[in-house]
Amino acid sequence: MVTYTVNEDNNPDTVKAKIIVDKVSVAYGDHLALNDIALDIISNKVTALIGPSGCGKTTFLRCINRMNDLIGSCKVTGSILLDGYDIYAPEVDVEVLRRKVGMVFQKPNPFPKSIYDNIAYGVKIHGLASDKEELDAIVEQSLVRAGLFEEVADRLDVSGTSLSGGQQQRLCIARAIAISPDVILMDEPCSALDPIATAKIEELIHELKERYTIVIVTHSMQQAARVSDYTAFFHEGDLVEKGETSALFTNPNDKRTEAYITGRIG
Amino acid sequence: MTNKPHPLSMASLPGLDKRYRAEKRFKFAGVLAVFSSLAFLGFLIVAIALKSAGAFQTYEVEILVKKEKYLELRDQPFIFLQSTMRYNLSGVVNGQAMREAVNMVVDGAEIDLLDHIENLQQNTRADGLGSYSVWVTLSNRVVSALSKQDIGTNLTARQQAWVEGWVANNKVRQRFNVGFLTNGDSRDPERAGIGSALVGSAFMLLVCMVLSFGVGILAAIYLEEFAPKNKYTVFLEVNINNLATVPSIIFGLLGLSVFLNLFGLPRSAAIVGGMVLALMTMPTIIIASRLALQSVPLSIREAAFSVGASPLQTVFHHVLPLALPGMLTGTILGMARAIGETAPLLMIGMLAFIVEAPDNIFDPASVLPVQIFLWAESPERGFEEKTAAAIIVLLAFLLVMNLTAIILRKKLEKKW
Ligand SMILES: Nc1ncnc2c1ncn2[C@@H]1O[C@H](COP(=O)(O)OP(=O)(O)O)[C@@H](O)[C@H]1O
Ligand SMILES: [Mg+2]
Repeated sequence: MVTYTVNEDNNPDTVKAKIIVDKVSVAYGDHLALNDIALDIISNKVTALIGPSGCGKTTFLRCINRMNDLIGSCKVTGSILLDGYDIYAPEVDVEVLRRKVGMVFQKPNPFPKSIYDNIAYGVKIHGLASDKEELDAIVEQSLVRAGLFEEVADRLDVSGTSLSGGQQQRLCIARAIAISPDVILMDEPCSALDPIATAKIEELIHELKERYTIVIVTHSMQQAARVSDYTAFFHEGDLVEKGETSALFTNPNDKRTEAYITGRIG
Repeated sequence: MTNKPHPLSMASLPGLDKRYRAEKRFKFAGVLAVFSSLAFLGFLIVAIALKSAGAFQTYEVEILVKKEKYLELRDQPFIFLQSTMRYNLSGVVNGQAMREAVNMVVDGAEIDLLDHIENLQQNTRADGLGSYSVWVTLSNRVVSALSKQDIGTNLTARQQAWVEGWVANNKVRQRFNVGFLTNGDSRDPERAGIGSALVGSAFMLLVCMVLSFGVGILAAIYLEEFAPKNKYTVFLEVNINNLATVPSIIFGLLGLSVFLNLFGLPRSAAIVGGMVLALMTMPTIIIASRLALQSVPLSIREAAFSVGASPLQTVFHHVLPLALPGMLTGTILGMARAIGETAPLLMIGMLAFIVEAPDNIFDPASVLPVQIFLWAESPERGFEEKTAAAIIVLLAFLLVMNLTAIILRKKLEKKW
């Protein structure tokens, strides 16, 4: 088993890589969607993935919680280490991995169950609460952290699908953090939301990074600039450029990055 | 003002009126088709309903029985009946008159009389005084004469006089024929009922539902959610689809050779009928259930997986509850088809004359559609209306089942 020393370094001044992606290539059948990607995802920071449609951002994100396992034709090679451990090692249990690496989808997808059950579900199947009180506490805390508690406190028993789009997305975030993951993957979480709901989610991301490592795919350069600390630019399956967001946006090294962020490709 | 047409009017675009006419023609043809099929259906149902009316009602006459006669003759039922009729009717002086008198009430009326009195006995003191008043079903002949308001047919002059006397004294009453729903089959149309056929149908449907719903839904879940998509599963899928179109009598043949001859299960039993019908409905249920599973959006599965649910948990906690309404609808429609199925049941010998309702699924049983088939073949006049009435009951069942399916779908349908 590979262990990685970066994470065991207790010096607070050095950045810690939560996830280390190396030589990752992904193919759907014959079609190569990602080509030899290497990227460190830093602990308790927001990493934005940007790039034109079809460049493989979603594919990359879904490698990190092995959601791609569900697609029969999808083949992943290379290594992805979470806290130094290879998540594609044969002894890895994907259900345990997904407890550690939560996900929020492009379109809000709450379960057609009550708000309470939406959040309690993951907690229950992983046995994270020993009794009803603890479960109630986790549900409430998750809603508070997702900035939704005040809006729904008096109607936890209504269906999650009856909320507005922005509320649904925050419910999905609450559902993801209820099982206390280390990493939250967000795939264009605001693309189906209006500007006000988007602003709320962005604010939330700021708060969440204190506890969680966040990887967010976004179509909006402004959003990447606003919420992220690091940015990686993908193009046609290649990771073209990565770095601190401010540097990448003000001073891109690659011509393709520059073209994309100035709006000439995309 | 010029004569130019309005730029947005029909005249401004050549050929538009032709298009409208074509649309109108099509609409008219559609309406015609719907109405003609409704008319045929209506005609069929009205015709059957009219014919069946007689079977649902019956006429009874009030008969007085002297307690002392009852106590004296109760061990000789027929003599008891003769004596009672003589007491109730005037002019029973010779053998011919006695025959006519006995023919006024239904065959076996003596048993009914004794039963009724026995029930009354339990509440009164048997001191041998006074008399009982008992309502007894009239014979087929008298009933048909009464219901046609034309006493002349089939009755002798003496019988006509008796009937008129009864009617004048308000001794005849019309009743809903409970016996039709509770009695078993009988050679006598007045007594024949669908009671045992209903019980048989219920048993058979139960077997069919448990088997086809259980196996069908598990098969659908496995094929849709867990099975790898390869050439074997495609082959399986094609075969299941083919099976859904196989004529039902083939399943009957299969039941005959496998369940009866190979496994040695009892002939004419509800369990075999249920198994055969389960084979027949299973493909329908599998197909409907798979469609229901497919209609559950991927996003729900992804949501479950993303919080670390296993495939089994995802299916049973999230996908199945959403697919269940569709699955149930498919099952009910399959059952509705099964309940009216006759041909495969004839193959497994379910056409015996059965009077007693079955006690369990291994008893010889008759079922509703087969009962209809048997009565339709009977030469006696009384069975004609029985056949029609049984058809009405069967149609009512189908209607209820289809309505249940629709209501269930509307009620349980969840939006996501
Ligand atoms: N399930 C799939 N099966 C086959 N090809 C896929 C699948 N999902 C994505 N792809 C292909 O992989 C490439 C990357 O897609 P994706 O990761 O969705 O891009 P992005 O999220 O950046 O828009 C695209 O060319 C897309 O057609
Ligand atoms: Mg995408």
